[in-house]
Amino acid sequence: MAHDTTPDWDAELQVYEPHKAGLPRFGPYFRDLVDRLPFAAEFSRSGIRAANTQTVFGQLWLVLNPLLLACVYYILVAILTRRGGMEFLAHIVGGLFVYYFVSNSISTGASSVTGGGRLIMNMAFPRLLMPMAAVRTAFFRFLPTVPVYLLIHTLGGGVWSPTMLLGLVFLGMLVVFGIGMAAFVAALQVYFRDTSSFLPYFLRIWLYLSPVLWYPQDAPERFADLMVLNPLYSMIGGWTETTLQGVVPPVEMWVAGSLWAVVALVAGSLFFMSRERDFAVRL
Amino acid sequence: MISLSASDPTTTAGAPAGPRRPQQTPAPGEPPTVSVQDVSIVYRTTFEKVPTFKSAIVRLGRGERAVREVDALQNVSFDVPRGTSLGIIGANGAGKSTLMRAIAGVLPPTKGRIEVRGKISALLALGVGFNGQLSGRENVVLGGLAAGLSREQVEERAEQIAEFAEIGEFMDLPMRTYSSGMYQRLAFSVSVHMDPDILLIDEALSAGDASFKEKATAKMDELMASARAMFLVSHSLGSIKSLCDDAIWIHKGKLMMHDTPERCIAAYTKFLKVGENAFTFEDL
Repeated sequence: MAHDTTPDWDAELQVYEPHKAGLPRFGPYFRDLVDRLPFAAEFSRSGIRAANTQTVFGQLWLVLNPLLLACVYYILVAILTRRGGMEFLAHIVGGLFVYYFVSNSISTGASSVTGGGRLIMNMAFPRLLMPMAAVRTAFFRFLPTVPVYLLIHTLGGGVWSPTMLLGLVFLGMLVVFGIGMAAFVAALQVYFRDTSSFLPYFLRIWLYLSPVLWYPQDAPERFADLMVLNPLYSMIGGWTETTLQGVVPPVEMWVAGSLWAVVALVAGSLFFMSRERDFAVRL
Repeated sequence: MISLSASDPTTTAGAPAGPRRPQQTPAPGEPPTVSVQDVSIVYRTTFEKVPTFKSAIVRLGRGERAVREVDALQNVSFDVPRGTSLGIIGANGAGKSTLMRAIAGVLPPTKGRIEVRGKISALLALGVGFNGQLSGRENVVLGGLAAGLSREQVEERAEQIAEFAEIGEFMDLPMRTYSSGMYQRLAFSVSVHMDPDILLIDEALSAGDASFKEKATAKMDELMASARAMFLVSHSLGSIKSLCDDAIWIHKGKLMMHDTPERCIAAYTKFLKVGENAFTFEDL
C-alpha cells in the first residue's frame, strides 16, 4: 500500500480490538512478551531487593530456612521409618530445596497479579510477565541453596558423575511447570482472594505425595502406575535420581515430566490470558 | 483548528482564539492519530469488596450472584487528527476513565476498534508507583520498562524526571515516605518525560502547588509541539478550555457531543443545571 512518496502511516499502528474467545491475538502478545522480558527481570530483581534478600543475613536465611526444615523432616522420617544416614539426609535436602522452588513459584505467583495493583490498572503490557517474574524470584531464592545441597551430597559420600548434569533438564521442566502453575493461581487469586490462604495446605499435601521424604522406588506397588499422574513425582524424582544417585531415570519419568511441564505451561497461560482483560477492572 | 476543519467544517465556526502553542498539523492523507470506531466496552465486575471462595460458597447456598455487568461505553466513535488536544468532559461515572484506559490499551474494547498511531504515555487516575517499598527511581524504571522502553532510555530519563518533579533526594527513598504532593508530581513528571507521541492525562492537573501547576501547564504546551495528540480528562472546565482545542462530552457511556471545548462546556453546564430529566437529545 505505502509506496515511496507516502510515508508509512501504519508504522507505529497499534490496534485494540475485542479479544477472540476471550484471548488476545497471540502474535502481538508474544512479541510484546519477549520485548518486555527485561521488565519481568527488573520487577523480580527489585522485589528481591525490597525483601532484603541481598544482604548477608537475607541470603543466609534463604539457605537456613529450608535447611532447618530438612532437618525437621529428616528427624521425623528417621523416627517413623528407622531410616537414616547422611545419604538419606542428602536425598531429603535435594528434594526439599527443589520442592521449595516450585512451592515458592506457586505462592509468589499467586499474589503476582493482585500485588501488581496500579501497574496492572494503568499500563498495557502482557500480564503473563507478572507470574514469570514471580518464578524468576523463586529461582533466585533457590540458587543459593544449590551449593549447600552439593556440600551435603559430598558429605554423604555421594557420587560425582556427568549424569548429574542431566538434572538440569528436570530443573528446566520444573521452571516451565512453575510458570504454568504460577499463571494459573495468579489468575485464580484475582477472583478468589483467599486462594493464597488455601495454597499452603495443598502444597503441603503435594510435598508428602512427592518423592521428597521417600525414594521414587518406594512408591507402594498398587500406586506405582498412578505415580506419573503427579507431575512432581517425575520431575523431583528425576532431579534427585540424576543429581544424587547419578543414575539415568527411567524413560517414563522423562516423558511424564516433560508432558506435565508443557501441559501446565499451555493450560496455565491460556487460562491466565483468557482472564487477563478482567484484571484491569477486578483489582 | 486546522486539525478539525478537514473532517468536520462545522466545528471551526465557533472556534476559540486558538491554541497559543506551536502545534503539529496533519500531513495530507494522514490517517487520524487516534481513531475510535464504534467502541463499546462492557465488563463484569464484582460488588464484593474482597471476593473469596468462602463468600462465593455462601452466596451459592443462597443462590445469589455478586457479579455485575457494567456498560461503560456504548458505540462511541471519534477521530483525533495529529495536532489535536482533546478535552474529555462528563459527570462522574460517565466512562471517561474507561475510554482513556481503552485508548491506552489497558482495557480492550468489547466491540469496535481503536487505532492508535504512536507511542502512548498515560497518566491515568491512579498515577505511577505501585510498590511503596521500592524507591521512586525503581518505580520509575519499572514503569518505563513495562511501557517498552529500554533500560538505558529509562535510566537516562530518571534524572530529568526527578529534577522536574522537584523531589530531590527522595527519588532514592521508598515511595511510602512520599507526601501526596510529591507522589503526584512524580507521576506527572514520569508521563511527560517518556517522549510520548500521544499523552493521556486523567485528572492530574491538581498535582502539586500553584507553582508546579504553572510548570506543568508550560511543560504540556511544550509537549504539544513534539507530541501528536493529547487527551485530557478533567473536571476543571477551565483547564479544558485553556489547554484543549477540541472536546467530547460523554454521559453514561454515550458520546453526547464532539465539538469545540467552548460549545461542549456550554452544553454540559447547561445540562448539569437543567438536570438530566429535562434534557433531551433534541436540545443539542
